[in-house]
Amino acid sequence: MRLSLTINGRSRDVDVEPHRTLLEVLRDTLGIFDVKEGCNEGVCGACTVLLDGRPVSSCLVLAPTAGSRAITTVRGLEGGGELHPLQQAFLRHGAVQCGFCTPGMLLTALAFLERHPGADRETLRHAIEGNLCRCTGYAKILDALEYYARG
Amino acid sequence: MRAFDYLTPATIGQALDVLAEHGDDAKVLAGGQSLVPLLNYRLARPRVVVDVNALPLDRISVAGDRVTMGALTRHATLEESVELARACPLLREAAALIGNVRVRTLGTLGGSLAHADPAAELPMAMVALDARFDVAGRAGRRTVAARDFFTGYLTTGLAPDELLVEVEIPTMRGAGWAVEELSRRAGDFAIVAVTALIRLDARGRVDDVRIAFGGVGPTPVRVAVAEDLLLGAEPTPERLGEAADAARDALNPESDAFVSAGYRRLLAGVLARRALTRAVTRAMEIR
Repeated sequence: MRLSLTINGRSRDVDVEPHRTLLEVLRDTLGIFDVKEGCNEGVCGACTVLLDGRPVSSCLVLAPTAGSRAITTVRGLEGGGELHPLQQAFLRHGAVQCGFCTPGMLLTALAFLERHPGADRETLRHAIEGNLCRCTGYAKILDALEYYARG
Repeated sequence: MRAFDYLTPATIGQALDVLAEHGDDAKVLAGGQSLVPLLNYRLARPRVVVDVNALPLDRISVAGDRVTMGALTRHATLEESVELARACPLLREAAALIGNVRVRTLGTLGGSLAHADPAAELPMAMVALDARFDVAGRAGRRTVAARDFFTGYLTTGLAPDELLVEVEIPTMRGAGWAVEELSRRAGDFAIVAVTALIRLDARGRVDDVRIAFGGVGPTPVRVAVAEDLLLGAEPTPERLGEAADAARDALNPESDAFVSAGYRRLLAGVLARRALTRAVTRAMEIR
């Protein structure tokens, strides 16, 4: 079936079989590799994208159901050639180790902070509890989130 | 994932026609947070997936002392709706405990109930609330009490050609509430979960009480023997402890790969005492 996906503000037309997940279409059909494939069962958060501003596991979204909605991947965060301030906070605090969880962490945290600006560290801990960092670099990720949340 | 035909009915009538035509070969797709993992693992191999997201079932209405919620109400809406928080704050607390934030973005009330995982928060909350489910079939609508809806592990009274369309609950205004659960990791299904609802009369005696568990059997479980101990009584810490112990002793949980039956029972007693204590504290604040 023909789908018109809106990815980071750009419209992309794709031909997909309805049993493909959004993750498969983004990576395998469109070559958008900033979305990572982890567990493929919705647990790890590596494949997080925003659908209309809210985090979802792209591995648990059938591609046709994303057709009419705005999809944001981590590439969509930069603007005017500059990294998003939250990405800069990650750099400043060394919050990236292997980097595999980073896109999901950034998108999940950003969606949360847009609804809860100024959230404290404990609240931020809960906000990212569905995103696993197997380097266990949580302390520095929280340092970065806290730094950003404090403006 | 195996290939399937993907259908998007625009009306409840069309959805029912499609379900009647395909029977057991069809699976209903709502939020997909239980179905798509099963598809990814090929544990579910439907020939037809019926995406019901276009149906007008994503709405909440509060009228008097009843709340009606469409089956497509997202967990995130249960968590964030100000109107619902005023009418039935229990649901906000239960919804916030579901899975992870991504599950709550897409997952639906009707999907969770129809999937009927015995450790899930919403089936347990609905049994505590004595919710009524509105089920649509080609012959018309029928109403099913939450307690009769869940018939076994991942099994409900829904026929393959029926659709759960609405859920009605009493607001339980004035009642204190609490949901307690323990899981091994954040986002896992609970090992044991418990919901407590308690309303106090003018003299501070219990005049309505509900205690429901998840994770202790094939379906959510109400424990009448513990409720009866509290009804009409003053909710002292000792009395709440007795009720929690009675609830624990009435349960008959099973062992699994992670947890023994004995540990589950112990945990149920501890969590029940915490939930009852918190619910009573809230009921006193409300009064």
